[in-house]
Amino acid sequence: MVKQVSVFLENAPGTLSSMARLLADAEINMHVLAVADTSEFGVARIICDNPVQAQSVLLDEGFSVAMTPVCGVELSDTPGSLADFLEFVSSHGVDISYTYCFIEPNSGKAVNIFRLNDPSFEKTILEAGYKIVSDEDLLTSTNEN
Amino acid sequence: MYQEQLECMDRCSLDELQSQRLRAVVKNVYEKVDTYRNKFDELGIRPDDIRGIKDLGKLPFTVKDDLRKAYPYKMFAVPMKDIVRVHCSSGTTGQISVVGYTENDVEMWAECVARALSAAGLDDRDIVHIAYGYGLFTGGLGAHYGVEKLGAAAVPVSGGNTNRQVQILRDFGVTAIACTPSYALLVGETAKEQGVDPRELPLRVGIFGAEPWSESMRNKLENLFGIKALDIYGLSEIMGPGIGYECLEQNGLHINEDNFIIEILDTETLKPVPDGEYGEVVLTTLTKEGIPLIRYRTRDVSRIIPGDCACGRTFRRLARITGRSDDMLIIRGVNVYPSQIEDILLSIENVAPHYQIILDKKGSMDTVEVRVELEPGIDFDEIKTIQETSRKVRARISSALAISIDVKIVQPKSLARSQGKIQRVVDLRCGKE
Repeated sequence: MVKQVSVFLENAPGTLSSMARLLADAEINMHVLAVADTSEFGVARIICDNPVQAQSVLLDEGFSVAMTPVCGVELSDTPGSLADFLEFVSSHGVDISYTYCFIEPNSGKAVNIFRLNDPSFEKTILEAGYKIVSDEDLLTSTNEN
Repeated sequence: MYQEQLECMDRCSLDELQSQRLRAVVKNVYEKVDTYRNKFDELGIRPDDIRGIKDLGKLPFTVKDDLRKAYPYKMFAVPMKDIVRVHCSSGTTGQISVVGYTENDVEMWAECVARALSAAGLDDRDIVHIAYGYGLFTGGLGAHYGVEKLGAAAVPVSGGNTNRQVQILRDFGVTAIACTPSYALLVGETAKEQGVDPRELPLRVGIFGAEPWSESMRNKLENLFGIKALDIYGLSEIMGPGIGYECLEQNGLHINEDNFIIEILDTETLKPVPDGEYGEVVLTTLTKEGIPLIRYRTRDVSRIIPGDCACGRTFRRLARITGRSDDMLIIRGVNVYPSQIEDILLSIENVAPHYQIILDKKGSMDTVEVRVELEPGIDFDEIKTIQETSRKVRARISSALAISIDVKIVQPKSLARSQGKIQRVVDLRCGKE
């Protein structure tokens, strides 16, 4: 499991920048930032080196923050690896609320972040031979940088 | 009971006391205050024409604008050497108005508040946390003098610095809190965020006033803190908190009728309505020396609760204020009170009852946007949680008010608060006809 920090963003100028500045001042490094937007508001999803502190810094400044456990799966950066994995998930009848991906710089592997509606499904992913990324994996990779 | 012989006076003696005091106050303002002499002369009334409370209807009204025009001291009925304190109205709707108090006025006010505290079950062993603003606003010092009068310990925290408010509640053993209901909610939420369980505090009573609030807000505050939440009524032009107070029966605000005459008047005709019916609250001060006011139109809308109170007090009870006749919004021809919106928000999960109504115009059509704060710490990671909340707010408000509205969900605590109050209505429609 990876701890993802989700932040509610009002649709107004400066909201995203003030969030980024607060994290910067707390010396928190973001590995991934994905912003989902609707016409009325946005939700920033952050994977960073210190999710607990990120949550507390943002809460203190009045942001609405939720800590969400998400599943990070390592896939090879080649055509078809994501399609294969998604077929595997859907063949088990599991829903994905959202997903986003990034290339992990050291391994050169793709990491796909999923929010699954059934957290126990992680076990099935592991049994199928996939590698699940942990908070420590991500932390190590940054330190090596 | 703090002053049983007054609070439980039989109605005949009370009528006689009010009549006698009214005759004196009418004579006094006619002699001392130009505004009143002019008003009386215009209506062709002499002070002698007023023989008792049955003649009240002959007297002219006083409105907010009279106080504004008299800025700062022209309505004072005593020389400045007799004034010991000055307060102002909050000035949220324009020019401030100034109210002066003599030593007797401050004494009477303190007694009124002491009655309220005593009716809430408090006595000289209690410790009262006062989080109303201190200063020109009447809330802080008004409550403060009442607490001291009762002999309880006042903790004059004033407003703001919510983290410190929590620390004091946690460490000082306070048994009662006095502030605006919306601020109490913020303090309670902040306590929870800091890992302090508001229900574990020794707090047992909340005296809440200075803004209209609803029965669902009462339930919310009582559950949050595990307390009895009681209403207190006042307005800066007359006195501040203590004109009326709720007893532990929690069924209306006993008006301190030895000091104030209350009338409920039809908002159109300005004729008295029978007990139980809604209208504008109109108050006459009977004992105030600094600024005695005759038939002051408060613009607050409420009704008298008919019948006797189980507590034994004979002072009549005013139901909670449902709105103000001047902040009653007319939106596309529909009358809307902001408190109706608060009531709806309290019934919906994930949103805080902190809101602001923004009125504007698109062409000739009124537009309404209701900004609502999200509860801190809810799981909104799945966007549909917020979208569903927003849809629910829109649907319930639109159906209750019979007009369509837009909803904007905003960050917790992002609506600006001044003295613990959020400016409920922002009307941008003027000049856009």
